Amino acid sequence: MSKLTLKTEGDTHVVVTRRFAARPEKVYRAHTEPELLKKWLLGPEGWTMPVCINDARPGGKIRYEWSDGKGGGFYLTGEFIALEPHSRIEHVERMHLPDPTPDNHVETRFAPDGQGTLMTMRMTLPDAATREAMLATGMEDGMEESYRRMEKVL
Amino acid sequence: MDLDAAFSALADPTRRAILARLALGEATVTELAAPFDMSQPAVSRHIRVLSDAGLISQRVDGTRRPCRLEISAISEVDRWLAMLREALTANYDRLDALLTEMEAEGGEPARENSEEKGRR
Repeated sequence: MSKLTLKTEGDTHVVVTRRFAARPEKVYRAHTEPELLKKWLLGPEGWTMPVCINDARPGGKIRYEWSDGKGGGFYLTGEFIALEPHSRIEHVERMHLPDPTPDNHVETRFAPDGQGTLMTMRMTLPDAATREAMLATGMEDGMEESYRRMEKVL
Repeated sequence: MDLDAAFSALADPTRRAILARLALGEATVTELAAPFDMSQPAVSRHIRVLSDAGLISQRVDGTRRPCRLEISAISEVDRWLAMLREALTANYDRLDALLTEMEAEGGEPARENSEEKGRR
C-alpha cells in the first residue's frame, strides 16, 4: 500500500511524496503530536525514541533522541518556522552523530486526495554538492536495497 | 569530523573512484593516478581534498606515502545516509498502521460527509 517516490529537483532539493489512507488532519497530527510521533518516526527496525520534544509552533524546538537499545543512538535537533494546520509544516533539522550534519530545510504539505492524503515533503540542502553526495554515495555504498524496496512500490 | 567538508569531497566522481580503490587496500598516489586520464598533480589535489575532509589519511613508509581510508569517518557519513533511506520506508509503513488505528478509534471525525465512517 506504500506509494513512496523520491526525486531530485533543481540543484539542492529532494522531493519525497507518499499517499496515506487517512485524511490530512490525522496525518498532520501524526507529524506534530509527540505521543504519535514516538510510534512511527523510529527509523530502522528495533530502534525507539526515548526523547521526543516537538513544540509545534513557529520558533518551537524539535529534539528527537533515538536508541538502538544496545547503548547506541544519536539525536536530531531543529526548529519550526511555520505551521498551517492541517496542511503545511516548515522546519529546519540536523542530525548529530555527534557532529551536526548540514542543515536540512524541510517543507511538508498535506493535501486531500480522495478519502486520503497526498504528502509532499521538499527538502532543501545547503548546496548542490551536499545534495549530490547524499544521493550518489548512498547508491555506491551498497544501499541499493532500500532503493529497490522503494522502487517496487512506486 | 566536518561533515560539510566530507559531503563536498564525496560529490566528485573522481574522488569517489579513489575511495572505491582505497576500499580494496592502501595505495600510493602513483597507483591511484594510474586508472585516470589525469596528471599526478591533479590526482594529488583530489587526495588533498579527501585528506582535509578526514576521509583518508597518508602515512610515511620510507620513500612511499601510501593512502588509506579512514573507516570511522566513512561510517559516520554512512550512518546518516542509511538512516535517511531506511527511515523513510520503515517510518511510513509504521505511520500507515498508526493511521489505521486512529481511524478505527474514531478520533475526531474529520468531516461530516465522511464515507469511511459507514464502512468501519
